[in-house]
Amino acid sequence: MGPNGSGKTTLFHLIMGLVKPCSGRVEIFGRFLQKERDFRPVRQRIGLLFQEADDQLFCPTVLEDVAFGPLNKGKSPREARDLTREILGRLGLAGFENRITHQLSGGEKRMVSLAAVLAMEPEILLLDEPTSGLDDRTREKFKEVLLDLDLTYMLISHERDFLAQTTRTLYAIERGKIVRVHSP
Amino acid sequence: MFQEPFARGTSVIHELDPRSKVVVGVSYAFFVALSTRFLTLTGALIISFVLIGLARLNPGAVAKRAMVVNGLILFFWVVLPITFEGEALFDIGPFPVTRPGILLSARITLKSNAIFFTFMALVESMSAVTLGHTLNRLRVPEKVVHLFLMTYRYVFVVEEEFSRLLRAAKIRGFRPKTTFHTYKTYAYLLGMLLVRASVRAERVQQAMACRGFRGKFYCLADFSWSRRDCLWCALMTGLLIVLVMLEWTTRV
Repeated sequence: MGPNGSGKTTLFHLIMGLVKPCSGRVEIFGRFLQKERDFRPVRQRIGLLFQEADDQLFCPTVLEDVAFGPLNKGKSPREARDLTREILGRLGLAGFENRITHQLSGGEKRMVSLAAVLAMEPEILLLDEPTSGLDDRTREKFKEVLLDLDLTYMLISHERDFLAQTTRTLYAIERGKIVRVHSP
Repeated sequence: MFQEPFARGTSVIHELDPRSKVVVGVSYAFFVALSTRFLTLTGALIISFVLIGLARLNPGAVAKRAMVVNGLILFFWVVLPITFEGEALFDIGPFPVTRPGILLSARITLKSNAIFFTFMALVESMSAVTLGHTLNRLRVPEKVVHLFLMTYRYVFVVEEEFSRLLRAAKIRGFRPKTTFHTYKTYAYLLGMLLVRASVRAERVQQAMACRGFRGKFYCLADFSWSRRDCLWCALMTGLLIVLVMLEWTTRV
């Protein structure tokens, strides 16, 4: 959590190597990371869900978008397709394969972006304000999916209720420092 | 929001392999563009009408598009017969209407309509996504294909952004008039659009990097070639050869 502009998204971008620090060093999985290619293994193991789904869904159809990650990881088209179908099914999106990405609703786009990130089979998930703009029903579904996942995740959100229901520890960024928040 | 009204259908043409349609369409277009005899061009035009008929496209939509193209061609009819040098048939006021001018305008009309209708039947009867994959299979460079597909993907986003910006201007009382303020506002809107597009492009690039992108694009689409496609190619090649012979045999 943290006020707008406090650096929450920047923190995620630092972890993924999209932004380089002005001072200090980045250490992930026990290694110091500096160059672009140092971050490649990180990106295989950590998935980032961007704030805006339109930035993340850049292929024309849902199938291609979700399969993008696995194909880059070296899977064959058949394996990528099967994995995509499995993940879409798990998220309640079965039958969405041939839908056109720009024609989806906001909630659907968010779920498809999540599918696309999960298709990379990450160990850790970073979610940047995943529930912003979602209606109650979609938010509930998102929460269910999240709680069902078997991996570590970090959430940025302004919604205390959502955070309370989905996370165990709360941190806040205040004046450039990460501080643990004790919930009342 | 632009539609693709012809992309979905159940006709014979819709069931053909897209690769064969693109190859036939392009060969046809090249040939028609280079032909000069009226016999050949009329034959080509008839073929294009048959293709439209086979594709069972909505006649209203076809007519609307045809009007736009022929509207432009009308412009040629106004200008060419008067300005082209040659033997004059008659005069309109001080301007001589020349025979070569009329013949050239007629050729342009036939060629444009023939190519236009054929492309409508063969290329517009597939979605832009399919067209992108077809071009990929036909060895068009991957980068070009993906530029095409990405443009298609994001042109809707850009359109949405623009309407959002325009709406924001309108609810604050903006009404387009021929004033400096209007021009400045439109310039601001366009500028903002460019800035946002560029920022978004950077974010998309980051998203691609996060999903392991390393410069190689992969295509998932499946194409299947059947006997019907062989027949279609054979038939069209035959027709094209007939047209070629018509074109060449009586040329002196």
